[in-house]
Amino acid sequence: MQAEHQHHVHGQNGHRHPVDFDPTAAGPDPFAPAASGSRPVRIGIGGPVGSGKTALTAALCRTLGSELELAVVTNDIYTTEDADFLRQAGVLDPGRIEAVQTGACPHTAIRDDITANLDAVERLQQRYASLDLVLVESGGDNLTAVFSRGLADVQVFVVDVAGGDKVPRKGGPGVTTADLLVVNKVDLAERVGADMAVMLADAHRMRGELAVLAQSLTEDPAASATADWVRRQVAEHRAAVGPSAE
Amino acid sequence: MTAMPTVSLATLALADSRFPGGGHAHSGGLEEAVHRGTVSGPEQLAEFLHGRLHGAGAQTAVFAAAAAHAAARGVRPDHWSLLDAELEARTPSPAQRAASRAQGRGTLRSGRAAWPSRALDELLATTGSPHHPIVVGVLLGAGASASPTDAASVVAYLSVSGPASAAVRLLGLDPFAANAAVTALRADTERIAAEAARTAGHRPENLPGASSPALDLLAEQHQRHHREEVRLFAS
Ligand SMILES: Nc1nc2c(ncn2[C@@H]2O[C@H](COP(=O)(O)OP(=O)(O)OP(=O)(O)O)[C@@H](O)[C@H]2O)c(=O)[nH]1
Ligand SMILES: [Mg+2]
Repeated sequence: MQAEHQHHVHGQNGHRHPVDFDPTAAGPDPFAPAASGSRPVRIGIGGPVGSGKTALTAALCRTLGSELELAVVTNDIYTTEDADFLRQAGVLDPGRIEAVQTGACPHTAIRDDITANLDAVERLQQRYASLDLVLVESGGDNLTAVFSRGLADVQVFVVDVAGGDKVPRKGGPGVTTADLLVVNKVDLAERVGADMAVMLADAHRMRGELAVLAQSLTEDPAASATADWVRRQVAEHRAAVGPSAE
Repeated sequence: MTAMPTVSLATLALADSRFPGGGHAHSGGLEEAVHRGTVSGPEQLAEFLHGRLHGAGAQTAVFAAAAAHAAARGVRPDHWSLLDAELEARTPSPAQRAASRAQGRGTLRSGRAAWPSRALDELLATTGSPHHPIVVGVLLGAGASASPTDAASVVAYLSVSGPASAAVRLLGLDPFAANAAVTALRADTERIAAEAARTAGHRPENLPGASSPALDLLAEQHQRHHREEVRLFAS
């Protein structure tokens, strides 16, 4: 069933677009990201519990830490668990990691009330004036938890094959609207009986044009493909708003 | 036309737990009380809320009402630093001060988008990171023209609605019981708001101070425990 609905798409104000009432329908987020000025690009990393968000964050820090000025905000339900892991992993100077408490509601902290996360990002920006990139890792949540565009310029949703190959076709805003879907732990596919072909085909079907990457951090600890995607986001952000203030 | 007093939309929005000002991550000492076993069910929650309303709630109501009064009458910018300093002096626990300023900052960020005003800009310029009740008072007094009583009611209500919601999340309490524990405080809340409105025009240094040592200690313990083990709330 389709209906006419008017909304504002960046650069196309006033256009009428059909709205699809199919709850599993894919499509890019219709809202333009918040104006960013000259500040670091903020990338949200979300996804279910244990899918590999912290492992990916650590990998990105290792791979990109020498070429980009970066910092991390973590929202783990156990508050400092992820931050402690990152500090101990030694991938980032501890001053570049901020942990926020989410009041037992991780999705609220990244979506409905982003206050604590914005405060954390601002603290990092004050500490490091020329940051290129802030990674915001959400606490492990369900398939409906996405980042507000007021917090994250772009977002990555991480699912893993051990959650079952049904996850992409279940849909939900995380799978259907995130700018990048990472299907992690593909090294485990055989052991958990997940059919990678089905999983990736479902992901593309659900997401239309939006990017999908299959990843194994045990086989590629550098997260090369995701790191390339992040590099492109940073470059696009720079091209759009100019370099961050020196 | 109606002669009934009306509640402004701004008053409702600021008291709404969905207002995006950072309040959802604060338990007002409830998490620490749960951790110690002081609060484990609806009866103890009701007692905790009663104490919190008459301590932190009454104190913040006084300053929200005074800020609303000052914003409506239009004061010189240095009035805001005085008011902020006087509330600071009445908040002995550093952890509670930090929690109040964090929520003040968040409410200000949200409030600037919703109800911009010169008083709000001056409050930010003179205090940097103002206390929460003062931000609420300025938002309601200047931008939205609500009364000191309304401003006092909002913060008095928030002083108990936040901990009640935290209790539901931490203990899996029956949400109906938790809500009833809040609304049972109707008469106390109204009395505290009316009392705060009566002193709203006092000079900052003459505003009343309510002390609640147990809440101060819980706030400090919360911070200490947070460094050692898991805490889900920021206060
Ligand atoms: N086999 C395999 N294990 C992985 C991979 N990526 C992460 N893991 C492991 O999966 C477990 C969970 O990873 P985390 O990075 O902690 O997951 P998370 O999403 O941050 O978890 P929460 O923050 O608790 O939601 C850890 O034991 C990781 O070592 C992968 O590609 N393959
Ligand atoms: Mg994690």
